[in-house]
Amino acid sequence: MTRRIVGALTALALTAPLTLLRSTPAFAQDTTHAQDKIRIVGTYQPGTRPGLVIVPGGGIDSVRAIVKRDLDYSDRFEVVVLPEGTPSTDAARSGAEAAAGINYGLYRSFGASYALELNPDGAGVLARLHDLASSKPINQLTATLPAPTDAGFRMAVHRLSDEVVRWVTGTPGIAATQLAFIMDKRLYRVDSDGYGQTPLTPAGTVALSPAWSPDGRTIAYYRLGEGKGPLMLLDAASGSQSPLPGTGAGTNFSPAFSPDGRSLAYTHSDENGSDIFVAALGGGGAAQRLTVGRYADNLSPTYSPDGRRIAFVSTRAGPPQIYSMSADGTDQALMVPFDFGATGPSNAPEWSPDGATVAFHREVSGSPQIFLYDVAGRRVKQLTSSGRNEDPTWAPDGRHVAYISDRTGRRQIWIIDTETSRVRQLQAPGAARLPAWSRRLR
Amino acid sequence: MRLSSMPLLLAVAALAACGGKPAPEQPKPQAEQPVAQSRVNQDSIDAANRAAEEARNKAAADAAAADAAARAKGLAGEVASMIHFDYDKSDIRQNDQAVLDRKAAIMGANPGLRVRISGHADERGSDEYNLALGNRRAGAAKRYLEGKGVDGSRVDVISYGEERPLEQGSTEEAYAANRRDEFEITGGGDNLKAPQ
Repeated sequence: MTRRIVGALTALALTAPLTLLRSTPAFAQDTTHAQDKIRIVGTYQPGTRPGLVIVPGGGIDSVRAIVKRDLDYSDRFEVVVLPEGTPSTDAARSGAEAAAGINYGLYRSFGASYALELNPDGAGVLARLHDLASSKPINQLTATLPAPTDAGFRMAVHRLSDEVVRWVTGTPGIAATQLAFIMDKRLYRVDSDGYGQTPLTPAGTVALSPAWSPDGRTIAYYRLGEGKGPLMLLDAASGSQSPLPGTGAGTNFSPAFSPDGRSLAYTHSDENGSDIFVAALGGGGAAQRLTVGRYADNLSPTYSPDGRRIAFVSTRAGPPQIYSMSADGTDQALMVPFDFGATGPSNAPEWSPDGATVAFHREVSGSPQIFLYDVAGRRVKQLTSSGRNEDPTWAPDGRHVAYISDRTGRRQIWIIDTETSRVRQLQAPGAARLPAWSRRLR
Repeated sequence: MRLSSMPLLLAVAALAACGGKPAPEQPKPQAEQPVAQSRVNQDSIDAANRAAEEARNKAAADAAAADAAARAKGLAGEVASMIHFDYDKSDIRQNDQAVLDRKAAIMGANPGLRVRISGHADERGSDEYNLALGNRRAGAAKRYLEGKGVDGSRVDVISYGEERPLEQGSTEEAYAANRRDEFEITGGGDNLKAPQ
């Protein structure tokens, strides 16, 4: 399959503009692997990524470009984009295909399984997906988009891309999401494709460990001040923020919202040590203490998606390792097994949105690497091996993980698809830290 | 009275001889004239002595004040000196125990003195874990001071994790310098008295 696509594209390249080569994901993927020298868990399998052609048309090139990138980044498709003037738009076609305006035969010869039309339709865009095996459209929708200069334009196109992914795979895509992260001590927000990076806290204050509420409306983070460290709740739309009551004293960090959005678990550190507390949001009395550390620290809580359990870090056995407990603090037990004296420290757990996996980082020969813990199978799998890789966060599809890697010489946000091991970089101008991936944003 | 004025006459004569002032030309048949003159001289001598003594006292007081200020500054410096830690550890090092003993003694001699201990970590390890580690380091120093009799209400504790490195860089030297507790005087730090 791959060779045929490459052969056909090479032929087109002799006549087509350079944009075709740049937009071909196979080349992008190969280049990335050569630079990374990472040990790939699993190999690229064309069979699991059906080919998809984005049919060229008039206007709305920006929409097509955004959708093409979104579908590429979903790692569910092998995306092919054809420039204007290729044989696919030739008028000399047989009956049904001419009516549909789609050259099913040509696209099938590229090894594609789907063709996606995006055409202007009044104030919006008509998206129509064709199944090439059966040579017919299988789904469509008309999306009303704001003007391209409008602040909500890109996110509206992302939602359209996510819907196309759902048509094919049954699960929506992750394009309409954002990542919060720390850079130069400030809290930033960026779209999942790397666009629109915006600071949310002012220069001169120090922000750390951000977390999204499940509805995407609030970001909790730790503000480190002179002698104090409250937890702040920031409204993502307006930017207004206020401290979480009860966190005026001591150091309060690593917040984690419960899946129902009603509670916030966090680490509270004072002279008695570090322990996990949970506060009821919207005013519900004093925070409840979940762990009693005495001579050990307990920190970095993360909820299971059913809200029943919390995974966290504890130093009760010496170096930090991953434990779990019920959401009320009872039934505490070791979660991720380790060899005492041999296994490196483990930190920064995050439970996947489907509950199947807990991602965390663990030191191997002195460098942190991203690991996945299979909850049901009780198995640990190492995901990275080159450079220092830490602080993983899950995309809402439960398959992509963003994390910080310094393999390029500077701490950057990288995104890996845990099924195909394909990686891409989310560029930030400074050293990025502590990423948090939002749920799908409405 | 006349007999006792003999030493006075001799003194006056001696003074007149070494005072550098020419003795009055007229003869001194009466004792009152030399006494009055000697009193004038004595007064000016006394005044000079007093002025000199005042100047000496002032200089001594100034010096003492400067000494006290220097000592107080030295004491404040001892309170604010840092202690350091081994990698991923919050145990107080053997050598630092004497340093903390001294801080405890100074706090004992100055009941109004309040401090804030901030704990720090080097950049290795998880960012969030380092907040807990810094906290442990600050807490360890506070517990030690409490064990030496310092009331806990006078000592605040905060962690800055790896966020405020003293030295930039990824060398062992920078790491070692950054694994530390800092002590900041938050009240009652003027005119510190030395412990007895």
